Amino acid sequence: MPGNAISRALPWVIVGLLALFPVLDSTFYTQLLTKVLIMAIFAMSLDLLVGYTGLVSFGHAAYFGLAGYALALMGPKYEAASLWWTLPGAIGICVVFALVTGLVVLRTRGIYFIMVTLAFAQMLFFVFHDTKLGGGSDGVYIYAKPTMNLGETVLVTLEKLDQFYWLVLFFTAATYFLLRRILGSSFGRALMGIKVNEHRMRALGFPVFRYQLASFALAGGLAGLAGYLAAVQFGFVNPEILSWHQSGAVLMMVILGGMGTLHGAVIGAFAFVLLQEVLSNQAWFGIAAKHWQLAMGILIMLVALYLPQGLAGLMAKLQRKPPAEAEEGADV
Amino acid sequence: MSEAILRTEGLTKRFGGLVAVSDVSLDLHVGEVHVVIGPNGAGKSTLTNLLSGDLPATSGRVMLDGRDIAGLSSDQISRMGVGRSYQKTNIFLPFTVFENARLAAQSRTPYALRVFSRAEAYDAINALASAALESAGLAHRAQRVAATLSHGEQRQLEIAMCLATQPRVLLLDEPLAGMGPHESQRMVELISKLRSDHAIMLIEHDMDAVFALANRLTVMVNGEVLETGSPEQVRSSPAVQAAYLGGEEMLHE
Repeated sequence: MPGNAISRALPWVIVGLLALFPVLDSTFYTQLLTKVLIMAIFAMSLDLLVGYTGLVSFGHAAYFGLAGYALALMGPKYEAASLWWTLPGAIGICVVFALVTGLVVLRTRGIYFIMVTLAFAQMLFFVFHDTKLGGGSDGVYIYAKPTMNLGETVLVTLEKLDQFYWLVLFFTAATYFLLRRILGSSFGRALMGIKVNEHRMRALGFPVFRYQLASFALAGGLAGLAGYLAAVQFGFVNPEILSWHQSGAVLMMVILGGMGTLHGAVIGAFAFVLLQEVLSNQAWFGIAAKHWQLAMGILIMLVALYLPQGLAGLMAKLQRKPPAEAEEGADV
Repeated sequence: MSEAILRTEGLTKRFGGLVAVSDVSLDLHVGEVHVVIGPNGAGKSTLTNLLSGDLPATSGRVMLDGRDIAGLSSDQISRMGVGRSYQKTNIFLPFTVFENARLAAQSRTPYALRVFSRAEAYDAINALASAALESAGLAHRAQRVAATLSHGEQRQLEIAMCLATQPRVLLLDEPLAGMGPHESQRMVELISKLRSDHAIMLIEHDMDAVFALANRLTVMVNGEVLETGSPEQVRSSPAVQAAYLGGEEMLHE
């Protein structure tokens, strides 16, 4: 089926086009797109929990921020850290933290799960906010961006925007294809089964807790990847990156894009970051730009009300419907 | 008489002050259908939940192959070969019929750890799922979304999923409820066929089915076993007749 071939090729085509983007040589837009792609990794990692495992986490920024702090604290203060080991190190710390917190939070469900994940994130927030560990509320600067060296030669340096952009694009694509692969496997099917009917999965003999813990750790690790890259981009970390605002923002990205579709999470991150950029543009919105969150809130509310499948659902609907108006239910 | 594969001893479940299941001892043998009947609220479904691990027992033992499994979780018990179907249809509504059965079959394998191969890549699992759908009479519906099935077909899927896990012990909680006469007939034949290599506990209200299938019959009232034995013994028991005023309706329909 040609339609199938197109939908299979589409992600590769998009990655290819995005790879050409730095050719345009616009620092502003390359930086913006880098931010979008980092948020896309973050949103996909949360969608694994919310959209595929049925776990609505409201503390996902904990892993995002923890990886940022890991980079800031693990690397040398004034020299470039080595990407070789700080990135796997930061992700590893997040995976371990997710496994430990998962042991507790996965014993709760529904509203309690939301509250306990939030509580863990807030605990981490105050650990960094109220102690000298990570510079308190001021945070820590990352003076030199990480490099990837082989012996004496510098293979990749993230000081260079192009190289940083390509690395981020590589990781975004890798996250997408990795998750797609995993979700198509027996393991992924079991996660979806747990989301739909946890009770029956247990009755069929699935050790539900272990599956959820694996999913939780994977999501934490990928959020860590995003957080590491975000810390590199901003050049500093402060407690804000693991605050509940950040957890809320990524949840909104997932809802905006459409839960339970990976490309939806990517689209949601795109839409959210761009909307934020547009709505907070003073040249366009004047005084209202300061209150961009209000406009964003109204938009999210409208999406929740009228597009429960998010932007990805809207796109699927537009594709499926022939131009001639087909009334719902007519073809069922 | 063969050794019982599953046996309960003094099994009791209290919900606060209510004793839902009281001191129940019964056993299940391969080659036998053990039917449990009784009025609504007699504790039949609670008994099933105790055997499957959906609920923890307050006291008493559940012996599977001579090992006490009371207190184990439902997934552990399922993996030990005890399969159950639910009175209230309990399936994966958004998935296809085949995926429902495939997931059930997948639960028996260690393949879940292979996170990079496609779920459909395992012939043994697919074959198991197809065979289960075939036995339950749903092969022609394999690609339909489960939510679009008729109520009776969803009941059949419930059984198919149970079979796809290849259990040795089957706990069937009112499998005929909501089925049409044709589907019921088919289900009675299926259960009868499964009897030869399974130990089956059947909870059922349809008395034609009960007497067509029962090798052993237990009557429960208020959480207690009133009478247990061959269908003839139970039918002629004074206790049963006394308990069911004009018990004729119940036992002769």
